[in-house]
Amino acid sequence: MITVLYFAGLKEKTGLDKEQLIFSGKTVKQLLEELQRKYEGLSDGIIQVAINEEYALPEDIIEEKDIIALIPPVSGG
Amino acid sequence: MKLFEIVETVIDPEPYRKAVLHASAGAVTVFTGHVREWTKGIRTIYLAYEAYIPMAEKKLAQIGKEIEEQWPNTKVAIAHRIGKLEISDIAVVIAVSSPHRKVAYEANEYAIERIKEIVPIWKKEIWENGQEWIGEQKQKPIVEGELK
Repeated sequence: MITVLYFAGLKEKTGLDKEQLIFSGKTVKQLLEELQRKYEGLSDGIIQVAINEEYALPEDIIEEKDIIALIPPVSGG
Repeated sequence: MKLFEIVETVIDPEPYRKAVLHASAGAVTVFTGHVREWTKGIRTIYLAYEAYIPMAEKKLAQIGKEIEEQWPNTKVAIAHRIGKLEISDIAVVIAVSSPHRKVAYEANEYAIERIKEIVPIWKKEIWENGQEWIGEQKQKPIVEGELK
């Protein structure tokens, strides 16, 4: 299982702040595609992905027990 | 307090100034970012900030490290508040000490720019007639980016 975290507007679009999924050995890009099929509106705008609290690239592989965060455009400060 | 932290209560800048002071620091710049009532003609009632706290604190510490590498003999402390913030509340404090003032100013500005780029914190503006999550992210889309 992996854990997926949702923040800000993505939390509102999915109705979840986190969920557990069976998904490993595949890429960040594949996970995003899967989630975009699952949740309408998720693909509106740029989403970055962090694996275990570090920004990841689309081709990075997600491993079992990883904590994945979907990060919409940040607006701190 | 920690040198790089997300807090849920009122920010007092003074402890951050003191935390970066040391004997060879001739200058400390303390920047505070506040909740603004009017943005492009729209009146904000209050703001709600959210963060991915453990990653946000890591990224704040990364910014501190970048500064201390780029400008030798500086020391940095940063705190960002989350939750509901009213007009004029402090949302962020950045304290930078340096042997001389020029670097303290430059490095402090660098810190706020980097916060707006890489730290997973989100601001929701609540207006009289609506609300919206704000995205000011400067980074390129992930398909083009090199974020590591």
